[in-house]
Amino acid sequence: MGGGITLEHFLVLGLILFLLGAYCVLTRRNAIGILLGIELMLNAANINYLAFAFFGGARYDGQIFAIFVIMLAAAEAVIGLAVILAIYQNLRTIDVDATETLSG
Amino acid sequence: MLNSLAAQAIFYVIAALTVGFAALVAFSRNIVYSAFALVGALMGVAGVYILLAADFVAMVQVLLYVGGIVVLTIFAVMLTQGIGDLAVSNRAVGPGAGLAVVALAGAVMLYATLRTPWHLATAVAVASTTYGIGNAFLGVYVLPFEIASLVLLAALVGAVTISRQDTPPPADGAAEKGRS
Repeated sequence: MGGGITLEHFLVLGLILFLLGAYCVLTRRNAIGILLGIELMLNAANINYLAFAFFGGARYDGQIFAIFVIMLAAAEAVIGLAVILAIYQNLRTIDVDATETLSG
Repeated sequence: MLNSLAAQAIFYVIAALTVGFAALVAFSRNIVYSAFALVGALMGVAGVYILLAADFVAMVQVLLYVGGIVVLTIFAVMLTQGIGDLAVSNRAVGPGAGLAVVALAGAVMLYATLRTPWHLATAVAVASTTYGIGNAFLGVYVLPFEIASLVLLAALVGAVTISRQDTPPPADGAAEKGRS
């Protein structure tokens, strides 16, 4: 492609986003922060889907998978935030280190 | 299409914006800043989608992610207190260990990305994708489409059930009587 934007450019961009999301998930104590990291990782996966769809020829399959990912991310965010709010009502904190009452 | 100088400039600008906002999400000490930076990161990702000729997915991204999920997240941030969150790192995995894991995983994935001989198709003409996506959703993908509606219904009911307050209202709250 001679200096243009290739598939690898998009893959590396998705890789960077994924790693930032993974770092966010690994190191946050705030449960909402962890959810934000998960959103970043899902978006990175979506970039890969669409890049493969664009450069691989089969366009609609990849785009439909991306739409499914976005939709399931919406469901995941709704459930996750509901769980976080329930934890907050019970424990008055969303620090994930404090939610150890189930551990023996 | 992506070979022109303008396309390269647009790609690098959008990529820099996206990565910058994503870094703000990951490294900001204040969860409110992280939530608002997520808006920028998701808008940047929508720009990447448009560069990849996925106009419909980009619109879905803006409507659902930026309009829905982020607003919901900001609601949750505002509803829970202690949002100062100065203790960023948790006790199990500190910044050092997190960086080590991320660097290791990133090295492996970068190696795999750059060394794989990707099968590239010849470039197709860029056209509107809404017609094809609609046909696919009501054709080949009709069963996952219907199951997805069931998943969304279950998520809706589950979220209402989980977040409902079962604790009894305070005794002096006369206005609380009509709630349960």
